[in-house]
Amino acid sequence: MSTGAYWICLKGIVWREALRFVHQRERFISALVRPLLWLFVFAAGFRQVLGVSIIPPYETYIPYEVYIAPGLMAMIQLFNGMQSSLTMVYDRETGGMRTLLVSPFPRGFLLSAKLMAGTFVSILQVYAFLVVAWFWEVEAPWYGYLAILPAMLLTGMMLGALGMLISSLVKRLENFAGVMNFVIFPMFFASSALYPLWKMREASPLLYQICALNPFTHATELIRFAFYGKLDLLALGVVAGCTLLFLAAAILAYDPARGLIARRAGG
Amino acid sequence: MVTEPVLQPALNVDAVSYAYGKVRALDQVSFAVPPARFAVLLGLNGAGKSTLFSLITHLYAAQGGSITIHGADVAKAPGRALAQLGVVFQSRALDVDLTLRQNLIYHAALHGIGGKEAETRACSLLIRVGLEAQIDARVATLSGGQVRRVEIARSLLHRPRLLLLDEPTVGLDVKARADILAHVRVLVAEEGVSVLWATHLFDEISADDHIIALHRGRVVADGAPNAIAARFGATTLQEAFVRATREMAEATP
Repeated sequence: MSTGAYWICLKGIVWREALRFVHQRERFISALVRPLLWLFVFAAGFRQVLGVSIIPPYETYIPYEVYIAPGLMAMIQLFNGMQSSLTMVYDRETGGMRTLLVSPFPRGFLLSAKLMAGTFVSILQVYAFLVVAWFWEVEAPWYGYLAILPAMLLTGMMLGALGMLISSLVKRLENFAGVMNFVIFPMFFASSALYPLWKMREASPLLYQICALNPFTHATELIRFAFYGKLDLLALGVVAGCTLLFLAAAILAYDPARGLIARRAGG
Repeated sequence: MVTEPVLQPALNVDAVSYAYGKVRALDQVSFAVPPARFAVLLGLNGAGKSTLFSLITHLYAAQGGSITIHGADVAKAPGRALAQLGVVFQSRALDVDLTLRQNLIYHAALHGIGGKEAETRACSLLIRVGLEAQIDARVATLSGGQVRRVEIARSLLHRPRLLLLDEPTVGLDVKARADILAHVRVLVAEEGVSVLWATHLFDEISADDHIIALHRGRVVADGAPNAIAARFGATTLQEAFVRATREMAEATP
C-alpha cells in the first residue's frame, strides 16, 4: 500500500465518523447540554462557596465558571472517548468493526485512524461548547482558541485510546453502565477539573495524591494552559506518555493472536 | 516472483484448530476452495462456521494450522491475503443513516481507493446489483434483500478474487434469497470469482457446487454433492449429511 492509499483510508474513516455525527443530532445535543449544565447550574451555585485564588495559568482572580471550563472541555472528550468505545462494542456485535478490521491496512493504523476520527468529532463538540460559553463570559485570548487544538488532539487520542482499551474488555453492551461508575465518574471527580489540586490537599493528602496521578488531571491542565497560550510541560509529558501506553495496549488487545476479543468471543 | 501454479486454490485451510478455553470449536479442519468455483460451507448452527470465518478474515488467529488466500498466508502476510478477500458478514455492516454512495465510498477508502475511482466503482457495482437509482437513498429506506445486494456490491469494491458470504440469505423472503444466490452465481461464472458460501439450507446448493460439510468443528464430507451422497450410500446430499453426522455422533459418544 502506498502513502496515498493510507491517506485515503484515514480520510475515509474520519469522513464517515463526521457524517455519522451529523446524522446523530441527539448525540450532539446531549454532548453540548451536559457541560453546559455544569457551567450554568453547578458552577453558578458553587461560585459562592469556592473562591479560586490566583494560580497559574491565571493572572487574576477568576470566577468559578472560568476555572471549570477547561475541565468541562476535557469532560466532553472523556465522554466522547467512552461513547466511541461503546460504539465499538456495538459495532462488534454488528458488522461495522469487522469490516474495518478486514481492511488490508495494518491493524494498528486502522485503530489509530478510528481514534483520530473520534477525536475530530470531540473537538467539534468542544468548539460548539466554547461558542455558548463565550456568551457566559468564559473567554480566552484569541490565540488560546488555536492553541487548544493540538492540545485537544493529544488529550482526545489519550481518552479515546483508553475507551478503546475498555471496549476490548467489555464483553456486552449492558456492562457499559459499569464504565460510567468505575471510569468516567472517578476520573472526572478525582481530578483538577472541578477544584484546584491545592484545595484537594487541604481536604486530604491521599486524595491529592490520587488526583495528581490521574491522567485526566493532566489532560485538563494541558487544555487549561493551552487555553491561555501557555504550555504545561509536565501535563504534556504525562498525556503523551499515557496516549502511547493506552494506544499500545488497545492495539495489543485487538491483536488477532494475543487479543482479548478472541477469548471473549466464545462466551 | 514465482509464477502461480494453475491450480493454486483460492482458499486453502490446512489443519486449522481453534478452542475457546476448553471448548473445541474447530478440530484439524482442512479443505480447499478451487479457483472460480462456488463452494458451500455446509453446517448446522454451532458447527464452527462463524469461528472459521473469523479466522479466515483474520479477526483472530488460528491456534494451529494455516490459512492461505491465493497463496498469501493470513497470519504471516495479512495485508496481501486480505486484499484479495471480500466478505459479506451475517450482521449488517452498512451505516443505515448514510446513503449508499456514502457507504460505498467509505468502504472503498478502507481499501485505499479514493476520489473518482471510488465513485466509478460504486456506480458500476450498484448498476450490477440493480440499485443504481437508489444511490443517494439512505440505507434505512431499503428492503432486507436490497441491503444484502448493497453488501455484496460493497464486498466487491476492491475486486477481490475470493468472496466469503456468511449465511447471506438469513431473514430474507424466497424471492430475495433466489435473487442473491443468482447474483453470486453470475459472479463466479462471468468474473471467475471464487466463492465460499456458508449455509445450513440444502436448497441453496446446486449439483456442480463444491461442498464442504462441517459438523461440530470437523469436516465430515468434502466434494461434489453426488459423490458425497454416493459415499454415504444416500440418494440426496441431505440424507448423506444426516448419515455423516450420525456416524460421527456414534464414533464420539
